[in-house]
Amino acid sequence: MAVGDLSSSSSSSPELHVLAVDDSFVDRKVIERLLRISACKVTTVESGTRALQYLGLDGDKGSCDLKDLKVNLIVTDYSMPGLTGYELLKKIKESSAFREIPVVIMSSENIQPRIEQCMTEGAEDFLLKPVKLADVKRLKELIMRSGEAEEGRIKNPSPNTIIQDDIDSSSPSSSSSSSSSYHDDDDTPSSKRMKSSVHD
Amino acid sequence: MDALVAQLQMQFRDYTISLYQQGFLDDQFTELKKLQDDASPDFVAEVLSLFFEDCVKLIGNMARALDQKGTVDFNQVGASVHQLKGSSSSVGAKRVKGLCVSFKEFCEAKNYEGCVRCLQQVDIEYKTLQTKLQDMFNLEKQIIEAGGRVPQVDIN
Repeated sequence: MAVGDLSSSSSSSPELHVLAVDDSFVDRKVIERLLRISACKVTTVESGTRALQYLGLDGDKGSCDLKDLKVNLIVTDYSMPGLTGYELLKKIKESSAFREIPVVIMSSENIQPRIEQCMTEGAEDFLLKPVKLADVKRLKELIMRSGEAEEGRIKNPSPNTIIQDDIDSSSPSSSSSSSSSYHDDDDTPSSKRMKSSVHD
Repeated sequence: MDALVAQLQMQFRDYTISLYQQGFLDDQFTELKKLQDDASPDFVAEVLSLFFEDCVKLIGNMARALDQKGTVDFNQVGASVHQLKGSSSSVGAKRVKGLCVSFKEFCEAKNYEGCVRCLQQVDIEYKTLQTKLQDMFNLEKQIIEAGGRVPQVDIN
């Protein structure tokens, strides 16, 4: 999966800029802290509409200077008044400029059809609330690895790591970087990830 | 170490454990504590403060909606309950969250009496939690003022 240009620097751990969308003030505060403590830059907005405005997807070119802070990941609540997280996801995936940005959905409700719907639409992951530090750390690792896969690996020049959208032969025995971040022994029940054809 | 500090720390430990044992707090509160550090020493208190503001606002909404006798919009009540359930879950306010679950069911069943009862209970519950947490934060403050550090409490 192409994450797009993760950062202009080629340092080993570029800082991710995350756009967090949630209508709950409490949840915004928590997710912001979770992300900051995980060394991410964070912008929080209270609605899907505001998120689109921030990205400049609503047609208004007003927030030019803010857009210079390239967004590497969008984390959004599912149930929000106005534009739901799912609708926001769709709009982002429909946009040529932003479809590469991974979108993660958060929800307090563990509704399988909802999860499937989001994953089918291209969500990177689906987190059950309340979100924990372990969830964010895992997410960050996942995103960073995808980014590294895009830029090509320095340490592991195995064939699988050539830049490609879909790695169809998953070789768990190859480099540490190639595999999914879902370890069998990792019991983070809050994450619901479906097998998706998107990246690895 | 100062005897006073040691005593305060023990009080703090016991008090914190009791809050978990009595079901006021759950492990999401523990998760919030992980996000607090010397650079953000008041993070937990700040988030809880926001939560209590949310309680006031949402309970007010619910009360107003339930006040429309005969024409109560249970969806509207339910929407506020859903929000309160979400934020209580995010901060580890276990009893409040539990009440919201029941409350939501009454809304879905359009059970007026049930809703009114839940509203009263939720109001009492958040205020009780607020008082308990205030006592806990005060103990923390006393420990620091006595020159000690707030201990990490292992809930298990």
